[in-house]
Amino acid sequence: MRRTWWIYLIGVLGLVAVAAPFLWMVLGSFKTQGELLRVPPTWWPDQPTSQNYDDLFNKANFPRYFLNSMLVALAVTAGNLTFCSMIGYALAKLRFKGRNALFVLVMATLMIPGMVTFVPLFVLVTNAGLANSYPGLILPFLVSPFGVFLMRQFFLGLPDDLIDAGRVDGTTELGIFARIMLPLTRPALATLGILTFLGSWNNFLWPLVIAQTEDKYTLPVALALYSTGQNAQNYGLLMAGAVVVVVPVLVMFLAFQRHVTRGIAITGLK
Amino acid sequence: MTVVTDKQSHAVRRKSPPGRPRRRVTREAAAAWILVLPFVVLFLAFTAGPVLGSFGMSFTDIKQRDLRTPFSVNGVGFGNYVKALSDETFRKAAFNTAYFVIVGVPLTLVVALGAAVLLDRGIKRFQALFKVAYYLPVVTSIVAIAVIWRFVLSPDNGLLNTALGWVGIDGPNWLASKTWAMPSLIAMAVWRNFGSAMIIFLAGLQGIPQSVEEAGQIDGAGPWQRFRYLILPLLRLTILFNCVTMGIGYLQFFEEPFVMTKGGPLDSTLSVSMYTYNQFGFGNYGLATSMAYILFVVIAVVTFIQFRLLREK
Repeated sequence: MRRTWWIYLIGVLGLVAVAAPFLWMVLGSFKTQGELLRVPPTWWPDQPTSQNYDDLFNKANFPRYFLNSMLVALAVTAGNLTFCSMIGYALAKLRFKGRNALFVLVMATLMIPGMVTFVPLFVLVTNAGLANSYPGLILPFLVSPFGVFLMRQFFLGLPDDLIDAGRVDGTTELGIFARIMLPLTRPALATLGILTFLGSWNNFLWPLVIAQTEDKYTLPVALALYSTGQNAQNYGLLMAGAVVVVVPVLVMFLAFQRHVTRGIAITGLK
Repeated sequence: MTVVTDKQSHAVRRKSPPGRPRRRVTREAAAAWILVLPFVVLFLAFTAGPVLGSFGMSFTDIKQRDLRTPFSVNGVGFGNYVKALSDETFRKAAFNTAYFVIVGVPLTLVVALGAAVLLDRGIKRFQALFKVAYYLPVVTSIVAIAVIWRFVLSPDNGLLNTALGWVGIDGPNWLASKTWAMPSLIAMAVWRNFGSAMIIFLAGLQGIPQSVEEAGQIDGAGPWQRFRYLILPLLRLTILFNCVTMGIGYLQFFEEPFVMTKGGPLDSTLSVSMYTYNQFGFGNYGLATSMAYILFVVIAVVTFIQFRLLREK
């Protein structure tokens, strides 16, 4: 018992290592440019200022980027919840020709990196006239093999008796899916929804390629381009920008973290 | 495989009342196709199509000016592949990517396993708090993390060098040094990603019955021996899973050099993904897709090898 103190010491040191950069970011976002350049650095802001956030929201167009990120993430999440649960149910519970082939196909694409597809995807989307548009940002991500797999696994765990009972009652096949089975998958939908939202919010390569004018940037694209462009030296602005990117997902994760870790358990170990 | 699955579901369905089996099957299949259709359409358009498309493109000289007329380009056979593989910069990028993966993946897994053991065996109070906190970096944007870490690593007034200064070490200018830039990116990747492997290790550890360790204890094995010879072999599948997913992710690293170093100094942190993106930016679409395919093949091969190595014995 007495020997456990050093275990907690290691644990707490780990916490400090994880938390320090985040705290540094939040505190830094309230410092003036002069203070950010000071050697040695300060920990607490000397004269806390909201100037960086003022700049972010008034000079830089961050409200717009925030809305773009939110719109894209919500649309992508809605698409995944709808379409992945539909096909997940069919793969788990309905008999039809080609079911196994379809499932194998889905699993095979789990491994394909976004790097492989983005060039022809760019050609395709551009030729469809969707470059630099919301549909161009959203459409390629409306379904994901991960989502299909997660929903299929969950549907497999639900009893067939419910379906049979529905059939006896004369409910249509689609009615059974929508009214009897789908409501039972709420935990899986919560997991999929949160993971998809987080993934879309943080997605970088595709929005970087397809959002060509500033009014279509998502937050990560805007932050990356600010940090490598002419604002590279505007430390306060970048810190505040990072806060705007990171804090919403941290809050969301903390509120729903049970669903996230459970989803990893469902898909990771089965 | 098909036969077995169909038979199984058939056996289960037998419980349903007989009568009109034919129509039910067709109705079932019709419903299935309605449910599957949106996915299939989106999948063909945005995944299967581009995968085949990039395979085709990698054998052509397609460039940005051919964007509107992608079918009017010339085939160049394996020209792009030859060009990529004989390109000094591409080789440099391949070396960097290998460096990042070979050092980064084991390091991440060791830290993750250490954290998992710490939480599973040592920390009983506030365990959930520690778990959530260690997982936090995983859910955040790599771009934002990279921006923050640039400040953490800044030479004169960065968090790291200040902390090192307290113990008398004069830290280098991490991201501007050819030697230290890559280790810095790896350190950041470990910091951001160990939480996700840790969660999976934790689930694996919790699946090992207490009796295994007790048996070892009775046989007189010390804590390290119990871990090395009893726990670790039982975690093989978990290690495999983490190794594969981390490996796939790390092979594609892109945001880190994009934001932190732009691939520098002197290409010392240029990754294959980033070089591919750069070639795309120059308008060399054919060349870019051939590079992406080389990366894809490497990912597939590495994954396969990992399965073989960890499955056997």
